[in-house]
Amino acid sequence: MPDMGRDYRIIGFLCNWCSYGGADAAGVARFSQPTDLRIIRVPCSGRVDPMFVAKALLSGADGVLVSGCHPRDCHYTEGNLYARRRLELLRRFLPIIGIDEGRFEYVWVSASEGSRWRDMVTKFTDKIHALGPIPRMAETARTLCALEGMLGVSSAQPDMWHADETGGDLHRAAGRNAQRDALLHLDDYKEVMDGE
Amino acid sequence: MASDSSANASPDRTPELRAKIAAELEGVDFVLGYGRGFDPLHATPVTVRSEKDLGRLIFDPTCVQNLATSLYGLRGKRLGVVVKGCDSRSVIQLLQERLWERENLVIFGLPCEGVIDLAKLRASMDVASVKAASFIGSPRNGLLRLTLPEGGREVVIEKESAGLLADKCLRCQYPNPLVSDHVIGPETLPQGAQDTYADLAALEKLSTQERFDFWKRQMGRCIRCYACRNACPLCVCKHVCLADSREPHWLSAEATLQEKWLFQVMHALHLAGRCTECGECQRSCPMGIPILLLKRMMNRELKELFNYQAGVSLEAIPPLHTFLMEEDRIKDRGLLW
Repeated sequence: MPDMGRDYRIIGFLCNWCSYGGADAAGVARFSQPTDLRIIRVPCSGRVDPMFVAKALLSGADGVLVSGCHPRDCHYTEGNLYARRRLELLRRFLPIIGIDEGRFEYVWVSASEGSRWRDMVTKFTDKIHALGPIPRMAETARTLCALEGMLGVSSAQPDMWHADETGGDLHRAAGRNAQRDALLHLDDYKEVMDGE
Repeated sequence: MASDSSANASPDRTPELRAKIAAELEGVDFVLGYGRGFDPLHATPVTVRSEKDLGRLIFDPTCVQNLATSLYGLRGKRLGVVVKGCDSRSVIQLLQERLWERENLVIFGLPCEGVIDLAKLRASMDVASVKAASFIGSPRNGLLRLTLPEGGREVVIEKESAGLLADKCLRCQYPNPLVSDHVIGPETLPQGAQDTYADLAALEKLSTQERFDFWKRQMGRCIRCYACRNACPLCVCKHVCLADSREPHWLSAEATLQEKWLFQVMHALHLAGRCTECGECQRSCPMGIPILLLKRMMNRELKELFNYQAGVSLEAIPPLHTFLMEEDRIKDRGLLW
C-alpha cells in the first residue's frame, strides 16, 4: 500500500451524545485540528465492540481512538461503564499481539468540551506520528497468498522448508527445486510490489 | 495387545468409575467418558448407553480431552459426563452461563494428577510405532513404559512421565473437580506450581515489532481448519459463529494472514472472562500455533483488573457483565498522556 502522504489513518469511534457533539463543538469553534482522524459515529461507547478496534488495527489503521461520555454522564446511564471495562481489557491485551499500546486509546469527552476534544485529538495524533505507521501485512499477504495458491507452495511456512531439507528422496528434492524456483519468482514479485 | 494399556500400577480407578456410572445409567440418556483410542497413547471419547458399554471406559493420563466440549451440542438431553479437575471448570462456566441445566447433568469427577502432552513425547520418538503403553505410579513422579518394535522383536523403554505432563498440569491449581455428583478416588492436593505467566513474560521481552513478526510467522501457518474453535468447550455459537457469518462480514473466506490473525484475536476476545485455560484450542491445532498465549494474556489481565478467574464459582458474576461506578484498578484515561 503506498503511503498516503503525511496523514496517518486514525479511526475514531465517537458516541453520538457527547463526543460527537464535542467534536462538532471543536469544529464550530474553528479550532485547528490534525486531519488524520476518520470519525465513525456510534450510538454509545458501549456499542463499541472490541472487535471494531481489533479489525481496524489489523486492517492497517495506524491508531484507534474511542471516545464517549464521561462516566455517570452516559445517555443510556451505564453504556460507557461497561465499555470502560471492555476497552481497558482490550488496551492491555493488544501489546501481546505486537500492536503498540499507544495505538489504541479511549477517552471521555462531553459535548461542551470542544477544546478538550481538540487537545485529545492533537495529542493522540502526535503520539501516532511518533510511533510511525503500523506494521503492514494486509496487502503483501493478500498477494502472496494468491500467488502461493497458484504455485502450490507456502512461503508462510519456512520451518517446513528446513524439515524438508534434511531427509528426502529424489522426488522430494525435485519438488523442492521446483518450489525454490517458484519462490524466486515470488521474491521478485514481492520486490516489485513493495517498490510500487 | 494394544488395548491392554490402561492397566495401571497406581490405584486403578476404572472399576470404581464403571460401578458409579452403572448405578446412574438408568436416569440418563448416556454417559460421556473416555475409551481407548486408535493406539495405546490416545484416548477417545466414548458414549456409554448400557451395561455392555461399561467395559470400554478407561481413565489414565492419556485422557487429555475435555469432554465438556461436547456438552453444548447435546443440549436437551439428560447426560452423564466424566470430568477431570480442569474440565469441571468448563462445566461450571457452561452452567454459569445457563448453557446447560445442572439438573440434567450427572457429573463424574476424577481428581487428576496430570495428563500427558503427546507433542512432548513426539519430540523424542515416533509415537505412532508404540505397541503398548502403561503408566507406573503417579504421572507426577512415575514412569511411562512403552513397548516399541525394534527389528522384528519388541523392546520396552521407560520414560519419566513428569517430563511429558501437559503445560497446564504443571501449573494446575484445581486437580479436584469443582462441581460433581460423584467423586471417584481420593482427592489430591494441588501439585502445580503457582502460575507466573513466564511464557507471556518471555514474549513481552521482545520489542513490539518482534512480537508482531512472531505472530506473523505463527499465524501464517494457520490453515483455517477451525479445530481450535471446535475443540473449545465455550465456543458455543457454532453455526452462527462470526467467522462464518456473511452478515455481518467480519472475516472473508480468503486465506490471508489478516483473516487468520483476526480470527484468533476474535476467539480470545469472545472468551474474555470465560476461558478456563483448558488448553484444548492449542492442543487441537494441527499446525502447533501457540494460541493459548492469547487467552492467557487475557486471563492474566482479568485477574489483575478484576481479580477474576473463570469457571471457579457457579455464582460469580463475570466481570464484563457488570461494572463499578468507580473502578478500583482502572485509571481515568486521557489525563495520562
